[in-house]
Formats: sequence, C-alpha cells, structure tokens
Amino acid sequence: MHEIITQGFLFPNEIHVHWSLMIVLYPYITGLVAGAFIVSSLYHVFGVKELEPIAKFSLVGAFCFLIFACTPLLFHLGHPERALNIMFTPKFTSAMSGFGYIYAFYLLLVILEIWLVFRPDIVRLADKGKGIVKVFYTVLALGSSDVSEETLKVDRKITLFLASVGIPSACILHGYVGFLFGSLKSNPWWSTPLMPVIFLLSAIVSGISVLAVSYVVVMKIKKQPVDNACLKSLFTYLWAFFILDVTLESLEVITMLYESHEEWHIISQMLTQKLGFSYIFLQMSVCSVIPFIMLGFVVLKKMKNSTRNTLGIICSVMILVQVLAMRWNVVIGGQLFSKSLRGLTSYTPTVLGREGLLVALVLLAAPFVTMYIFNLILPLWDKTDAKAEEA
Amino acid sequence: MNQDRRKFLKTVFHSGLAITVFPSGVFASEGGNSNLYAFIVDTEKCIGCGKCASACREENNVPKDCYRTWIERYRIMENGEVKVDSPHGGEHGFEPVKDTGKVEKAFFVPKLCNHCKDPNCVQVCPVGATYVSKEGFVLVDEKQCVACGYCIQACPYGARFLNPVTNVADKCTWCFHRVKQGLDPACVTVCPAKARLFGKIDDVNSSVHKVLKEKRLQILKPETGNNPMAFYIGLDKEVR
Repeated sequence: MHEIITQGFLFPNEIHVHWSLMIVLYPYITGLVAGAFIVSSLYHVFGVKELEPIAKFSLVGAFCFLIFACTPLLFHLGHPERALNIMFTPKFTSAMSGFGYIYAFYLLLVILEIWLVFRPDIVRLADKGKGIVKVFYTVLALGSSDVSEETLKVDRKITLFLASVGIPSACILHGYVGFLFGSLKSNPWWSTPLMPVIFLLSAIVSGISVLAVSYVVVMKIKKQPVDNACLKSLFTYLWAFFILDVTLESLEVITMLYESHEEWHIISQMLTQKLGFSYIFLQMSVCSVIPFIMLGFVVLKKMKNSTRNTLGIICSVMILVQVLAMRWNVVIGGQLFSKSLRGLTSYTPTVLGREGLLVALVLLAAPFVTMYIFNLILPLWDKTDAKAEEA
Repeated sequence: MNQDRRKFLKTVFHSGLAITVFPSGVFASEGGNSNLYAFIVDTEKCIGCGKCASACREENNVPKDCYRTWIERYRIMENGEVKVDSPHGGEHGFEPVKDTGKVEKAFFVPKLCNHCKDPNCVQVCPVGATYVSKEGFVLVDEKQCVACGYCIQACPYGARFLNPVTNVADKCTWCFHRVKQGLDPACVTVCPAKARLFGKIDDVNSSVHKVLKEKRLQILKPETGNNPMAFYIGLDKEVR
C-alpha cells in the first residue's frame, strides 16, 4: 500500500482516490473500439479502398476490444453482482444509466456485421471441415449456406447499412463516455462541453494507432510484406484526427487558464505538481509534439516506404501512450484536488489487487489474445491465407 | 406591450428577491412540501469540540477514516492567507496552534450532507439507489447501490464516501431512523453550543422555523444549483 501524500486542505472523505486505474482503462479500451470501428467503416461505407487489407481486421479488433470494454468496470464496482441493475432498474436522469443499452446495441451491431462479413468463410469452412469442426461451422452459419453472388450482394447491402449505423453509434458510444465526465458540474476539471468531443477524437486516433501497430506486428509474425498504401492511408487519417485532437486538448486548458476562474489556482497546481510527468511531459509535450510534426512529414514528404512505415509506427505508439496519459490525466487528475479547492492528494496504483497494475495489463492484453483465438476460428487475413491454402 | 413588459419586469424582480432573500418554495405556504425538514448550522456558535462528529460515528457505526459529518477550522491571517484544517474530521476537537503571523479571525464550520432539494447525487445514480424521501431526506438504498461511485464524484461537498464495510455509497442521513421516532439527529442532540438546529420547516414549534423566517442565511456552493436544505449562519466567504 502506497502512502497517500496530501497537501493543503481536503474534505476528509476526499483523501482516497475512488475512481482508480480501472476507470482509466474503461474509456481507453472503449476508445480503441470506436477508433477501430471507424477505420473499418472508412472502407465499408466511405469506400477508402486502400484500407481493404485491414477492413476485416479492424472490425474484429473493434469486437475484441468491445467485449472487454466493460470488464474494468466490473473490477471496480463495489457490487459487481448488481451490475445488470443498470439495465434492469435504470434511472434515466443519470448519464450513466444509458450505457448498458448503448453498449448492448453496439455489441449486437458489431457481431451482426462480423457474421455477415465472415459468412462466406464460415460456409467455406463448413463445407471443407469434417466431424465436429463441420458441425461447429455449420452451427455458426446459422443455416444460411447460400453464398451465391446474389446473396452476397444482399449481405454487402446489409453490411453497408450496419456500418453506416455503426459510425454514429461508435461516435455516441465514445462521446457518451466523455459526457459521463463532462456533465459532472461538481468537478471543474471535468465539467466542460469539450469533454465528449475530446474523448471522441482521442478515441479515433488511439483506434487508428492500435490498428496500424497491430497490423505491422501481425505481418512481421506472418513474415509477409505490409501494404504500404494501406499504412500511408492510415497515417494520413491519423494525422488529420490528431491535429484536431491536440488542438482541442490544448484549447481546453488554454481557455481555463485565460478565464482563470477561482478553481484555476488549484488546477494549475495539480497539473504542475501532480501531473507534471503524465500531463505536461507525456500528454502535451513529447507524445503530442513529436507525432504531430513527424506525421506531417510522413504524410506530406516523399520518402522510402520502409522509412515512412517506421516513422508512422513510432508516431502510432506515441499516440497510444498520449491517449492513455490523457485518460489518466482526466480520470485521476480530476480526483487529485479537493472540491474545497484548497488541497491536493496523491494516487499510485497498486501492483496486485483487484484494481492493480497486473489486472490492468491482463485486461489490456485480453483483446489481443481474443483476436488470436478469433483468427484460429475465422481467418482474418483471408486473401493471403486462402492463397497459401490453394498453393 | 407595455403591460407585458411591466408584468415581465415584476416577475423578474420578485424572482430575484426570492432568490436573494431565501431559496423559494421552502415553506409550504410558498408552494413547498409541508413535510420538509431543514438543518441550520450556526458557525458563530460552534466551539469545535467535535462532540457532534463522535456522536455521529457512534450512532451510525461510521467506519474509521470515513465521515458523515466533520468540522473545519478556519484561520484567516492578517496577510490574507487562509489556513484550514480538520484533523480526524475534528472529531477529537482541535489542538491549539501557534501561528507565526497574526490571526485576524478564526472560526469553526461544521459540515454534513446538505440534503439538497435538487441533489446532483440523485440525478447521477444510474440505478436509483440514491433517492429523496417525501420528507426531503436524501437516502441510499444499500441493497440497490452498485457502488459505482458516480454520486461520490457528483457531490460538490465531499459529503459521500464508499463505506468499506457495506461496500456501498454512504453519507449523513440526518439520522433518519431517529427522526422517524420523533428524535433529533445525534449531532444536534449532543451539541453543547446549540450550533446545530434541526426540524420541520413548517412546524412553528420547531427550532428551525423561526430562524428560517427571521435570520439571514447562506448555503454552500449556491452556484451548483443543488439547493441545499442545510443553511448556515455567519458563513465566511472563504468557506467552500
């Protein structure tokens, strides 16, 4: 147990930070979902052909992150066994009460879209398989074994519809997470109408980044070349969204500084004394400025593909760190100063325990393990895998 | 047209007056609920003995390091510096301190749940575990609370905590169980300075009725719009 160091005066119940590391992870993982889904929609809805190589991957990625988006909450809740009360006995004046429904709707939508996209593969594997494998894929096909061009056309139409509905849903899902914080008028660090927008933009950049990094890692493992056009397209979108994201994150604090309401006194102390590393160094300096400039070069300047990809991936990793730092700074930062505006507390996550670092690492790794298992069941890299099988 | 404008200005003037003088609708005669209770803290009388906080802990089995009520000590120095402390919530009283500069004024401010009329904590509870009783008490249903902590974050007064024993959100209930039996809250009963008053707003015999009618009162953080039902006498501008 780390010692809690306090400065100044805090209300006696404020010494402990109640929303811990798990509540940092919750918007982080949810953000990866929204970002990954938007990448998949860029291909399915907006017809960005360059992104075809990762269209399936991004959709499955969104699904794998989505099924773990709520787990940090379950680790945090004092009574996780009552978690479903939020859907069974909701109180709609609460911003939180809608989450269960939005989440469930979105999960259903993603599962349906995945099933449609993978249906030809499911049918192919059912035809090819024997014994229990055949039974498994036949069940997965849900009795729909017709893969004629005509039915596939219908599938594509429905997929297009679902992906179109999915875009606003992804935006709502993550904008909503930002709203949970932004609508709390008791906390001047959270209470800003910019919060949902910032959450959404940071979600998109983190989603694009995680896909870019995962794609390159997977291709390295598979010893296959990456699709340079696909990566360049990802980096272009990443840069565009990151410009907006960093601008709004900066504007938020600049506005607070310029207005200098009475709470600015304690917020500025919190930023400099408590979040010096995670906010000033990571979020607003190193992991913002470097990717901001470097991505500009990656996108605008002519260079060797390998150089571009390396630089782009470095930026993506930095952006993943930047967004994680941003989540930390919002969630933890908002609890480090007293509502008396007269004191600061501290928070260091434990290594073990229900809300410790170890659990956090497992939760962050879980979606990738799920992706691996998914790939064993249904091929994520169909073109390359199918070709390899034919050979 | 002129008539309308006059009517509008009159309404604005009356509303302004009502807000300035007293939060509207507190008395039943003003369109409020005749069952409502109010709590009054007289900071000019509080001596910082801490009896209220220890009585509260005993009455309500409040776990260690958690506070349903506490007392803050303010020392405002000659140079304008404000020193605030509340060791153990002021439960064991306050040790005298030797300040280097001259203390211009010093006073104690007891704090507790304000049982707001428009409580933010009730608004944000996703499962309806926190609710307002018909008497205006803001209560927590222990069997319904999921312990998400949203209400703790939403309370601008730091009045809520997560009870480590029951694992649900906890706070001052104004001793609802005692009030139901016709008793005063424990903190009110033990206060030797009569710095804490409690009672039915519309009951002419209650200790709060006359004070509410006659005294100039303040509330904590009026800008939040929560409309607290705990009122303060002699609240300094430095108190948040």
